[in-house]
Formats: sequence, structure tokens, C-alpha cells
Amino acid sequence: MDDKLIKISFSLNGKSLTKNVSPSLFLIDFIRDELKLKGTKPGCREGECGACTVLVNGVAINSCLFLAINIHGKELITIEGLSSIEKPLHPIQEKMLEHGAVQCGFCSTGIVLTTKAFDDECRSDGKIPSRQEVKKSLEGHLCRCTGYTKIVDAAEDYLTHSSF
Amino acid sequence: MDKKLKIIGKSTSKLDGNDRVSGRSVYGHDIELPNMLYAKILRSKYTCAKIKYIDCSKALALEGVEYILTAKNLDVNMIGYKRDHPILKGETVNCQRDEIAAVAATSREIAAKAVSLIKVEYEEIKGIYDPFEALKTEARKINLNGQGEEKFGNKNIAESFEYSHGELKSMKKLSKVIVSRRYQFPRVTHCCMGTSNITADYSIIDGKLTLYSSTQVPFLYQRDMAHALKMEPSKIRIIQPIIGGGFGSKLDMLPFEPICALLSIKTGKPVQLLYSREEEFIASPTRQAMVIDLTSGVDEKGKFTFREVQITMDNGAYTSWGATTPFVMMQAYSSLYQIAACKFQADAVYTNNPNAGSFRGYGNPQATFSIERNIDLMAEELGLGKDEIRLLNANFPGEITGQGLLFKTCGAKPALLKVIEESNYKMKNREKQSGRYRRGVGLASMLHVGGGAKIYRSDGCGTRLKLDHYGFLTIITGSSEIGQGSETVLAMIACEELGIPLTHIKVINSDTDVKPWDVGVHASRTSFVAGNSLLGAISIIKQKLNSKAAQLMGCKNSDFVYENGFIKACEKEVKIDKVVREMHFGNPNKLCVAEYFFEPTSSFQDKDFKGDVSGNYAFASQVAEVEVDTYTGKVNVINMYVSQDVGRVLNPMGLQGQIEGGLATGLGYALTEEMIYEDGYLTNPSFHEYKLLTAMDMPEVHFYPIETMDEAGPYGSKGAGEAPLIPTAAAIANAVSNALGVEFLSVPLTPEKVLKALSEKNNHKTANSQIL
Repeated sequence: MDDKLIKISFSLNGKSLTKNVSPSLFLIDFIRDELKLKGTKPGCREGECGACTVLVNGVAINSCLFLAINIHGKELITIEGLSSIEKPLHPIQEKMLEHGAVQCGFCSTGIVLTTKAFDDECRSDGKIPSRQEVKKSLEGHLCRCTGYTKIVDAAEDYLTHSSF
Repeated sequence: MDKKLKIIGKSTSKLDGNDRVSGRSVYGHDIELPNMLYAKILRSKYTCAKIKYIDCSKALALEGVEYILTAKNLDVNMIGYKRDHPILKGETVNCQRDEIAAVAATSREIAAKAVSLIKVEYEEIKGIYDPFEALKTEARKINLNGQGEEKFGNKNIAESFEYSHGELKSMKKLSKVIVSRRYQFPRVTHCCMGTSNITADYSIIDGKLTLYSSTQVPFLYQRDMAHALKMEPSKIRIIQPIIGGGFGSKLDMLPFEPICALLSIKTGKPVQLLYSREEEFIASPTRQAMVIDLTSGVDEKGKFTFREVQITMDNGAYTSWGATTPFVMMQAYSSLYQIAACKFQADAVYTNNPNAGSFRGYGNPQATFSIERNIDLMAEELGLGKDEIRLLNANFPGEITGQGLLFKTCGAKPALLKVIEESNYKMKNREKQSGRYRRGVGLASMLHVGGGAKIYRSDGCGTRLKLDHYGFLTIITGSSEIGQGSETVLAMIACEELGIPLTHIKVINSDTDVKPWDVGVHASRTSFVAGNSLLGAISIIKQKLNSKAAQLMGCKNSDFVYENGFIKACEKEVKIDKVVREMHFGNPNKLCVAEYFFEPTSSFQDKDFKGDVSGNYAFASQVAEVEVDTYTGKVNVINMYVSQDVGRVLNPMGLQGQIEGGLATGLGYALTEEMIYEDGYLTNPSFHEYKLLTAMDMPEVHFYPIETMDEAGPYGSKGAGEAPLIPTAAAIANAVSNALGVEFLSVPLTPEKVLKALSEKNNHKTANSQIL
């Protein structure tokens, strides 16, 4: 039970932070219970639903399958990191609202972050994804409310119309 | 006389969508209260056993354990629709889900450790998992609190329904074709993305209990909780945090909820209980598993003559609201299409499987599947088009069905015609298929309540309005939001009627200490009932505003127009906030408030289940177009054509979301979802093994709303939330049958099942050719 705590330094939503964490602590629990950032959602804790998605060095990962110690030296972005006083909503979030892609909302924050990571990937490759590719990028997210169509519409709208 | 509407009928984003999409919304999982404890439940090791003893001593000795609750010395009432469900089980266990003990501890880890230290000794008994076995006279009585023997003549019947209309015998004689089939439906589950949760906070100072609960029915829940705990209902305050999906799963209060409340009462501290995903699969409600024996007939002209149906439902070990799904199913059998005679019998039978619950559609997907499969078979045998036979028998405006449902408006035929035309059904249905990939089309319709359902003593909803002197409106509604967008529709209605912008409207709907009574979110009722209630309150507040505005503008008996924050009359205008200020601060001082309780005009059904149970009725048709890979058995749904009588479209984007979301659940029911049990144990309690569809699996959805402008609904609207998933599995099964020329008698149509059906067909062919 009594793991020896390990010191990690990382960047949380753009700010440097040092914490002592147990080596067996999952990132999702670190984020929700210790950092008190509740926008990262616990949907299944088995890497199937995508609700707990966060960005580690820009890559979308399931925080329920990732140990907190592994963010040492890395950049962690949670959904809270997409909001600022000047711009409370990221354009992806605005697109999701515009397209009606949010119902109960439990899966929404993870989808926003996956779409952001996919957008970064497309930009660095200099390509505009097809609808099929957009669907494929969202395959790791489960949603029981929307039937996905509006989520794909919102992501596609953002990914194909945001300025390059 | 239809006035031009400003916002009703225009796509409007979800009112609190920005909080949900930015992670600001507080779900039950996110609540942290000072000094809060964490609870965990110990469930049964066996699906059927006697409990010899429970030893909590080791667990109690663990540091951080504050309380362990067992059935011992517990002064509580049983719960459930039939009050046949002990909160904690002390003598016998009847299913895998059964709660034996619950721990409250200072951390989740300690609570889990403590549960593992509780020692229980059982004496295993052979369980009964098949309802037909349970019905046998020699079967053991499964739920010792059941009253089946006294009420229904069999100890293992939990609930039973009988219904009939028309002359069955003579209609059978008139029939040219009669088709009998047995259909089987497995359990499936809601898979709310947010798992079940509750946080209970009991005050030892004043004896008040606050529950942060994701119930869909806060006032029934308050009553059920009070009954279970032997408390005064008004000492229990239900606060609904943001709910991570409902779909019917939160209609029943389940044991974990009073358990968590009791742990808070016993410790005097707040206690939180969250389900893991595995626990959610094992211990949250399911759709009814059932066997349907349906015989239906048609005369030589293609008119339906009768339906005779016997339904055996697997109730599980305890009885939930789900046992009343026959209320809805009998409507489908008695009244979907014109039916001269109908005989309906349904039994909910106790087994040692987990107790089923209610699920969006409420029995109707199963009933509709059987009805629509039989229709295709009858049409084939009669040599009539599958579209023609449905059009010939379609429901019509003004129809009073055998059960007494009155279809004041009815979009059944327009919906059928629309999907037949748009999908090019006629042509595609005739195409002969060969080769590896075969395409097919399938048609199915449905009937569902559209204006609530009068089952409880009231099907009503209360509203209170408060207009402040800055021109902001607060709508306090009894209804609840579970993601479906009802509060957005309410704000749109207020905006339409009072000319107040959406940004100036707040909806308060989550606190039983504040909001007026409502029966709950179910039966596709919220926009209908809460919308009508709001319109009633608006009409009262307008009278008050009109009278003050008239005084201020110096005109009388004029038509008052509410627009852009102004009240206009006799070519003058006054700002609405000024009118309120004059009311508040003028003489005599008055508040600008109003309240209204809306009760639908629908009636209770009589003891024979006859009567007009809903304010109006929704109709829908769907055509599924599929492509089946005959090598792998995989069914790919390419297109879904959906037409639904929604009365009037209030929020097109919100409606489309309900349609697409419902369809997705219907598609999963048709193709992939199944809870697989072995002797009462769930073998696939994870998203690995219980296959939900993803974005990759969704077909193109073509939606055509039918607007029948039903005067009972707000602006002519009808309930819409459940309809989209009801005919989907039937349409897909009809399409796969059309593609392959084989029959399906159960869902889901997994690749294994498709390949098996194909191979049986081929064997049959080979056998026939050998005979020849």
C-alpha cells in the first residue's frame, strides 16, 4: 500500500508544477483527486470509452491507462487548459455547440481534446482530413446520447475549415 | 391564425452546453464535500444461496473504516415497484447483483480493501435462470416476498397483464394468412457514460438528508427513499447534479441509493458511492429479456384481422418499473396499424437473473420487432407488397383504436409514404441479390405515447416564473434535464412568448426543495408536459404585465406584443424591466411571479386497460438499407430513412440529436449489444466484450419530420425522444431478411447468427435438391 512517493516536474496547462506522487497512481486520479481538475471524466477506467482523454506532449491518451509518474518532464493539457479569460471556449468547443454535438456532455471533453490532437497532426502533415478520416480519429470515443453524427459534423467542420 | 414564430422552429444550441463541453459542469462524480467518506458495496458471490453468516470483524478493524452496514439490525422497508426488494440481503441471495454489506471509509482504497476482508459463508442453492422453468409447478419460490400465488396463481409471477378487444374467433376465420412466430430478446443495458452515483449528506443536527442523485424522477424518488428509510419525505432534499445519461435507467431507486443514505445517517458524515464500469454492467438496470409468441392474421384483401400474443418476461430476482412495460407493449399490439381483434397476455416471471429495469422505448422495441417481422412474413405469403400492406392498414387521423386510444392527429401514413419514397423502397426491395455482398431494405413503423402517459396518480408538471426588475426571467420547473435538451426548449418557449432573449433566461430544475412537483423524465413527456405547464404560467404572468403596461402606456384592452425586451401596444412601447420595476416599487407593491400546474387531459385506463392514456400519440416509420457480407456475416447499415410525426418541430437541431442518438441505440440493439449470462453471472461486463457502436459504424441518417400540429402539445408538438429507437431493430432485421432470404427470430444479428442462418438456408436447399 505504502508506495514511496516520487517527485515529478511537468507542465500543467502551460504552468510548471512539481508534485510528489505514488508510482502506482493513475494519471486520471492524479488529475481529478490531487489537481482537482474535474473536467477529465471517468467513463470506464479500462481504456475503452475515451472520456478521460488528455494531451501529453500533444498526444491524446487515455489518462486511466497512464501512470502519473510518466508525465515527468512532459507537457500535460487537460480540458481546463483550453480555456482562458480572453477566450473561454476553444473553436472546437464552439463548433460542437453550433452543431449540437453535446447532450449529456460526459464524453464531450475527451472528444474536444482528441480533435485538438488530430488537428495538430493534420496541420503538421499539411493535410485536410476526409470525413472518413475524421470518423476514424474519433473511433476511440463512446457516446450513448448523440449517435456520433453531430460530433463528426462538428469535428469535420473545424478540421476542414479552420485557417491553416 | 398561426402567428409567425421567432425562435420556435429554429435550431438553438443547448442552453448549458458551454459548461458541459468545457468541463465546468459538475456531475455526481465530481462532488466533494468536507469530511466526505467513500462507500463500497459487497455483492453476492452466488446467484442463489442461503447466507449462513457474515463476519465484518476484520474489515471493521481496518484503519479508516467508519461503518459497515449489513441487514442485521436494520429498520427499513423493502423497495421496488412491488416492494419485494430488500435493500441489503441478510438471509438469502437471489442474483449476482445482491448487496450483502456496505462499507464507509475515509478513502476509496480503504473501502475496497475492507470489502475484501468481509467474510461471508453461503450455502449454495441451484438457481433458476429460465422463466419457463420458474413457471413450472415444481419450481422453488424465487422471491420470498413475491405475491404471485395469491394474485396470479403462480408463485413466480411478479406481474401479469391481460388485454383484449374485438372478436378473435371470427377474425381468425376471416384470415387468409396466419403467421405464428416465437421471438427472443436478450438483456441489453443503458451504458450511460457517467456511471451510477450518489452522494448522501445527513445532518445529525436537524435530521435532514440531502441527496445528490442522478435520478430521472426526483419526486417519486423522494417518496421511495422516505418509505425505504421510514423518514418524512419532506426531510429529504434531492439535488440533481448534471446527469451523465439516463435513458430510463434512473427511473427506479436501486438499493445502492438508500444504502449510501444509511451510511451517511449512521456516520453523520457525507458519503459518496460511485459505480465502476464493471459494477455498472453487473448492477444497473437492463432492458427486459423476453420471449414473445405472436400470431397475427390478414384477410385476402390485405387487411389485418387479429393479433394474439403471449409474452414471457424475465423479471429477474426483484420487480422494477420495468415489469410494467406491457402497458406500452399492449398499445403496440392493440393499436399499431388498424387491428380488428387483439388478445394480449404478458407475465413478468421471477428468475435468479439480475432485476431488469426500464429503458428508452419501454418494451416497445421488442413488441414492434415481432409485429413488423410478422407483417413482412404475411405480406410475402399473401403476395402483397410489404409497403402496400402497411399503407393499407396504417392508422389515420380521428381513429379510435380497439384500446380506446384517440388519434386526434396522426402522421402514420405520411411517415410511411415519406420513407418509402425517399429510400426508393419499392425498387430496392425487388432487386435480386447474389454474390458476396448483398443489399436489402427493410421497413418498420411504430406507435408511442407523445403526450405523457397517465400511469401515476398525476401525469402533471408544475412551473414557477420569476421576472426580475432587470428583465431576467427565472423558470423554475418540476421537470428534469438529463442531456436531452428540455431546458433549452423551455427557454425557447419563454423567449418566444415574452420576447426576452435566451441570455436573460435561467432554468432552475434540480432541487426538490425549490421546484414544484413533476412525475419525472420518461415516456417522451418532458417538452410536452413541462412546455404546456410553462405556457400556462406565461399566460398568467402576461396578464399581470399587460395590466401594468396598459396603465403605464395609458391604453386598455389592446393586443400586447412582447418583442426584444419591450411590451408594445397602441403604437407605444415600454421596456419589460420597467414594467416589473413599476410593479415591485409602485403602489401597491407587487411581485412579478406566476405559477401553474399542468395536468394532461389524458385519462386513466380502466381495469381492462382501455382508455386514452396520452395527450397525443407519436408515429414513425423507418427504412433500413443494409449490405451483408455473406463471407463474414457482418451487417453494414448504409442508410437509415426516418420519418416521424413530431407534431411540430420545436428545436430542429435538438430533435435531430434525439433522432440520431435514438437510432444509434436501436442499431446497437439490432446488431451488436447483448448481455451474456451463464447461470445468472454476466460474462461480458466491460466495453471490451459488450460492443457499443462507434462513429465508424453509423449509417447516413435521412430524417424527415412530419408536422401534424396537434393542438394538445406546445405549438402543436408531440413527444419525440423514444420513438427513433423503437422500429430500428425491426427495420434492420427486415432488411437483412430481404438481402439474404432468411429469417431472424432474435436480436442482435451478430455475424455468427447471420452465417448460421445462411448455412441453414444452404443446407435446406441442398437437402431439397437431393429429394428432388
